[in-house]
Amino acid sequence: MTRELSRPKRKNPILRTRLATLPPGARSRVALGLTAAAARGAFELQVCRDCQAVQYPPREACQACLSSRLPWRVQAGDGELIADTTLAHSNDLFFRERVPWRLGYVRLDCGPTVVVHMHGDVPPAPARVKVGARLDKSGQAVLIAFPSQEVPNMADDRQLREFTCDPKFRKVLVTDGKTGIGQAIVKAIIAAGADLVWVGHAEPWKKFPGFDELKAIPQVSLMPLDLTDSKSVREIAAEIGGRVDVLINTAEVHRNFGIGNRRGVEIAQAEMDVNYFGLLRLAQEFGPALRGRAADGQSNAVAWVNILSVYALANFPPHGTFSASKAAAHSLAQCLRAEMRPAGIRVINVFPGPIDHEWNQQIPPPKVTPQALATAIVRALKDGVEDVYPGDVAQEWLERWRDNPKALERELSNP
Amino acid sequence: MSTNILSQLVAELSSGRIRIIDLTQTLSPEFPQISLPPEMGQCLPFRIEEVSRYDDRGPGWYWNNFSCGEHTGTHFDAPIHWISGKDLPNNATDTVPITDFVRPACVLDCSKEAAANPDFLLTVEFVKRWEAKHGVIPTRSWVLMRTDWSKRTDPAAYQNFDETGQHTPGPDAEVVQFLVHERDVIGFGTEAIGTDAGQAQYLRPPYPCHYFMHGAGRYGLQCLTNLDRLPPTGSVIVAAPLKIQDGSGSPLRVIAMVTS
Repeated sequence: MTRELSRPKRKNPILRTRLATLPPGARSRVALGLTAAAARGAFELQVCRDCQAVQYPPREACQACLSSRLPWRVQAGDGELIADTTLAHSNDLFFRERVPWRLGYVRLDCGPTVVVHMHGDVPPAPARVKVGARLDKSGQAVLIAFPSQEVPNMADDRQLREFTCDPKFRKVLVTDGKTGIGQAIVKAIIAAGADLVWVGHAEPWKKFPGFDELKAIPQVSLMPLDLTDSKSVREIAAEIGGRVDVLINTAEVHRNFGIGNRRGVEIAQAEMDVNYFGLLRLAQEFGPALRGRAADGQSNAVAWVNILSVYALANFPPHGTFSASKAAAHSLAQCLRAEMRPAGIRVINVFPGPIDHEWNQQIPPPKVTPQALATAIVRALKDGVEDVYPGDVAQEWLERWRDNPKALERELSNP
Repeated sequence: MSTNILSQLVAELSSGRIRIIDLTQTLSPEFPQISLPPEMGQCLPFRIEEVSRYDDRGPGWYWNNFSCGEHTGTHFDAPIHWISGKDLPNNATDTVPITDFVRPACVLDCSKEAAANPDFLLTVEFVKRWEAKHGVIPTRSWVLMRTDWSKRTDPAAYQNFDETGQHTPGPDAEVVQFLVHERDVIGFGTEAIGTDAGQAQYLRPPYPCHYFMHGAGRYGLQCLTNLDRLPPTGSVIVAAPLKIQDGSGSPLRVIAMVTS
């Protein structure tokens, strides 16, 4: 049975902080299909459109009929563990530091036999298991065998934690606590077991609703942080950067203008200054600090969360300049992900549909509540996914976008 | 003759018999800026980005790019800033007469009143009481309202917002008209974020200092500091805004000359 995670001892400051190592990360282009699904939290395998055979490992042609029509389809993951072993030695740096390490073969009910990492509560073969896809420290999909039933402290398993970013006992920076979103996230992350949450607030002379409640939470430390001010970001990074395990960027400027219904560029500049340049400033100052602590014991630096918008995928003209700033932030977040991956730090991009706040007052429901967004973010950290689309609108737009981006462009421009 | 006067000025400055006092707040990212309701256009705060500092971006030199609004930090308001002054001649930072940049000042000490009441409004009666002591305000003088507000170094205390808005001292509507029409002042200066009081949108007309001063071609100075180091009369203010084309105002270095 998995032992419940306990608060780690303080680290010994005379010992060198370990550097991050990564598991093997090379994948073929077709194998990246597994990664693409795992990045959204899905386990998909190719299924032959002609003979229905489920494929593993990923391939160019059906192993049964040689058809090249192999679309990716969600799999339930139920199967039988047919063999398991414990790795006691490895010349691979990543596994060398983590042995003993359990591996196994699972024959999936849908057909193929797959290689899996193992949750500690999976009994020796033969046993019924549930296989899921997760991203490893290299950002590539791997398969994990879980016990067929939920067990206590399941998330605390030592091997599983190599694939997740659980906030339990971790120290978190939420960059803007002035908004309902920021406050909901602070509360959700503390409920998920975070030890300490630094909460930024710009323009400290503007006291915001919820300030007193936030200030009264024992885990919360409020600090002035303004993403438009390089000096502010630099100083806060210097002060706490070496302690932050999870950074959640909630700072955002959202106004409701396209091109033609507002003269001038100063609103668009304000959106860009926070939504795009703010992320850049944060990434330049906090990125190196997080990378340096990516292997720092049990409560190592693990994740960076960006709250983008589903409008980053396709422009919503009534909020056109906001959409553009989020598209720019999305692009930069991909750069950040590439730069954080060598340290194994997960960059999670969240693409909510319209959020229920004052700048979406005239958008009809369904709207994502701050609480639902916060729940989705905690879930994403626990599952270690890369891309999250919270809310019905985001889910629908994602499906439409994946199906035909051009069609979505037209649909969004005809409200 | 004029050479002699200027030589004498320089000599007096060198000897310290004329002292120069800096009335300017440091332009820094932390200094608060005026905040309008969020749906309106905003004045940019002061921001600074390093271009190079003897490093790979420029090995032998250090320099920055900065950005700010025309009304950031210690700044000058030109008549064109307000709708009441929009059609006046020579009403912008590049066209206001340069002779106006060097003018005498009268300093009205309202520090006790402002300490007791952050919404304190300067009145005609207050000015007349001041004049009874210090003499009538000379024509084309700056009138500077000393409140010691600049001593509030905590931005939250300086801005002094609550849920009904900002609470900072300023002039009432009547005194502004009095200063313009009866005393022919060149402008009005304050230590708080604006020349008008924090609650001035509720005065009639709203923002009377902006409305009447700029409507009459007069100027504003705000976010001043060190007014407590000026005598009630006898100082000379040097306040030259940046020569921004059609500018409504400008951050600037404001200095005062006083005799020891």
